[in-house]
Amino acid sequence: MEIIKKRKEYDAVIVGSGAGGGMAAKILSESGLHVAVLEAGPYFDPALNENRSQLRPSWESPRRGASTPLRNFGDWDAAYGGWELDGEPYTKAEGTDFGWFRSRMLGGRTNHWGRISLRFGPLDFKRKDFDGLGDNWPIGYDDVKPYYDRVDKMIGVFGSKEGIFNEPDGFFLPPPKPRLHEMFYIKGARKAGIPVIPSRLSILTKRLNNDRGVCFYCSQCNRACQIYADFSSGTCLIFPAQKSTGRIDLFVNAMVREVLTNGEGKATGVSYINKEDGTEQEIKGKVVVMGASACSTARILLNSKSSQHPNGLGNSSGVMGHYLHDSTGTSRAAIVPELLNRKTYNEDGVGGMHVYTPWWLNEAKLDFPRGYHLEIWGGLGQPGYGFGFNTTDLNKHFDGVVGGYGDKLRDDVRRFFGSVMGISMRGESVPQFDNYCEIDPNVVDKWGIPVLKFNYKWTNYERLQARHSQETFEQIFDAMGAIPLGNKAGADSDYGLAAPGVIIHEVGTTRMGDDPRTSVTNSYQQLHDADNVFVVDGGVFVSQADKNPTWTIMALSIRTSEYIVDQLKKQNL
Amino acid sequence: MDRRETIKTMLLGALGTGMLINGCTPGSSDRRKLQDVYDFSSYGRTPEEKARDQRIFSDNFFTDHEFETVAVLCDLILPATATAGAASEAFVPEFIDFAVKEWPNQQEDFRKGIEWLDTYSKSKNGKDFIFASAENQKIILDEIAYPDKATEVTQAGVDFFTKMRNFTLTGYYTTEMGFNDLGYVGNRPNVWDGVPQEVLDDLNMSYEEEWLTKCVDQSKRNDTAEWDEDGNLLT
Repeated sequence: MEIIKKRKEYDAVIVGSGAGGGMAAKILSESGLHVAVLEAGPYFDPALNENRSQLRPSWESPRRGASTPLRNFGDWDAAYGGWELDGEPYTKAEGTDFGWFRSRMLGGRTNHWGRISLRFGPLDFKRKDFDGLGDNWPIGYDDVKPYYDRVDKMIGVFGSKEGIFNEPDGFFLPPPKPRLHEMFYIKGARKAGIPVIPSRLSILTKRLNNDRGVCFYCSQCNRACQIYADFSSGTCLIFPAQKSTGRIDLFVNAMVREVLTNGEGKATGVSYINKEDGTEQEIKGKVVVMGASACSTARILLNSKSSQHPNGLGNSSGVMGHYLHDSTGTSRAAIVPELLNRKTYNEDGVGGMHVYTPWWLNEAKLDFPRGYHLEIWGGLGQPGYGFGFNTTDLNKHFDGVVGGYGDKLRDDVRRFFGSVMGISMRGESVPQFDNYCEIDPNVVDKWGIPVLKFNYKWTNYERLQARHSQETFEQIFDAMGAIPLGNKAGADSDYGLAAPGVIIHEVGTTRMGDDPRTSVTNSYQQLHDADNVFVVDGGVFVSQADKNPTWTIMALSIRTSEYIVDQLKKQNL
Repeated sequence: MDRRETIKTMLLGALGTGMLINGCTPGSSDRRKLQDVYDFSSYGRTPEEKARDQRIFSDNFFTDHEFETVAVLCDLILPATATAGAASEAFVPEFIDFAVKEWPNQQEDFRKGIEWLDTYSKSKNGKDFIFASAENQKIILDEIAYPDKATEVTQAGVDFFTKMRNFTLTGYYTTEMGFNDLGYVGNRPNVWDGVPQEVLDDLNMSYEEEWLTKCVDQSKRNDTAEWDEDGNLLT
């Protein structure tokens, strides 16, 4: 449980307990440092029955698992909160859009994420070299590879060695066998000339160590695993390190207001609001490590104004908050006629897809610059809220009768159960200076802390990429003999492109770089403007590949944490 | 027998004696609620969520007549079969009663829809829908259960019935009875080792040998993973 004793001064104060903050807590404490971890939400451990949603059947929720304003991804999802938090608004500039998913709880969004754990490849760090757009990272794959290797072995990820240049192999646990709809996908994709390989998810298909269990295939990783068979920051980083080092003090319900600095402009700690009693508190540290998430970190730093840092801490360049970017996303569903009236069996599998398509057109000449991967969904899933809605409409595709009641209706429901599958695209956007978050001068949250205002528009790079993916979906469905459902998204809806932020891979607000005039941190994620402040969340990304950011956040957090230890040893901080 | 007694008898007939436990007393606030049927005291909720649930549980929306109409419709949509119970046996009316409080934006559609149904039934049979004979109820049902047959006169009824069907299906198939009727057998610890052979045989499909060699050998799932320096799994 949380410890609220406070040391006079910590070696490091870590803001945020998600992937970046959790990894920093582990590495720093294991290196002998005393650390404080501040989390804005409550304690959470999926092994506690009072926190458990795993294995609950639909009827244990009065709304059958539907979402509520307090849990936007449904009653069974592990992430508290979502797009709107009571008393904690954010605003958007007119004519722009952004969805900001915040989960205030120990472990943050790692409790519910998709566990898709992809390494960035050599091309992903240097896209500007190939298309002239955006910026290169100041580091490359070879710099990060050793840390990816360690994350693989420390956390566990299943996958397969494929030898694809920009999809580097790692230290994989073996993947699960494909489900039935995934076998159809494999067949269709092969026929359409599109590659498909086993997925790469941080779920233990095999024993990794004695602290964690082995997957029992309930498909519910988004609910957080009570035996810790999937990755989340609390269960895999913070709890074990707390136990083994005794050097992590956890402060939950601690809403950080700002980073405090001294007359020399160096950080001395943070101030926060204890949400349990509303009091203002301070906590001192030799080093401050920001892992609050790309946008929350930018908000805290921009709100940390002083005479030495009049534009906010670390913002002498004026680029903080800029280059905010999210992954792109579109999807399409289809019905597979051969899956009608299927025999049922337990097809839950792991939480998420067993197969996927990595980006396959790096060499092709296309009308958009950056790639995407394809995620596959479907199967005999647990019926929850929404099950059966408009099911009889599917009869349209088979000369059947829409509507009805009684035995006919029961037959329809059984006939169509598990026959619909879908493909989602997740792609790389091109970071833009003009897409940014800033402090809204007119709005504060319930503690009086100025809030973020978002300014974000997609460009044609993303729209054309989405258009291409819509063609790809149909190509694959056609090769599978599947019938696409609904209308193909067209130009009027940006080809189905999800609004910025909605894919929840937002990064880039405190990007790294060698030039202090165009970046916020150096390549060790150390603020150019204050050498004892570091950023370990997705804010440091120069560009977000088509891959989910978590594995890279953790690899980089190890690298930064060890740099901190080294610099403290050398008394450089 | 007065009107209420008629309804009570009708519902008892459909529900069986289980209904007697909580009774079916007049007055919407005393009506049996979803939280009387299921235990929602502990399903992994935060304090804020618990407070929100309590607020909704203590709320009321449907009048008794509306609730009774919903109950009758639910069982017309999913009557019992030889192997599965009717919608009301899976407490679907109670679920819908909860749903309209959870989602207040649904309330008007249900209220107006029931009003439409009664008005239409009265115009044809001189009675509210639930008091019409089974035969007359079915005649109306056949006019509103098939969207492709909707007319200007019945469109509002068709829209309402579509909503009733959706909520009935969701309310039913998210219960144990519904899982059994559907053949859903997941949500329990197991070891996934691929699609059952008989299913593959029926479809004339098989796994690719090359793909299978990459996949987990479930007999070794408890052996701790070790790799050589090139990332080849040794265990």
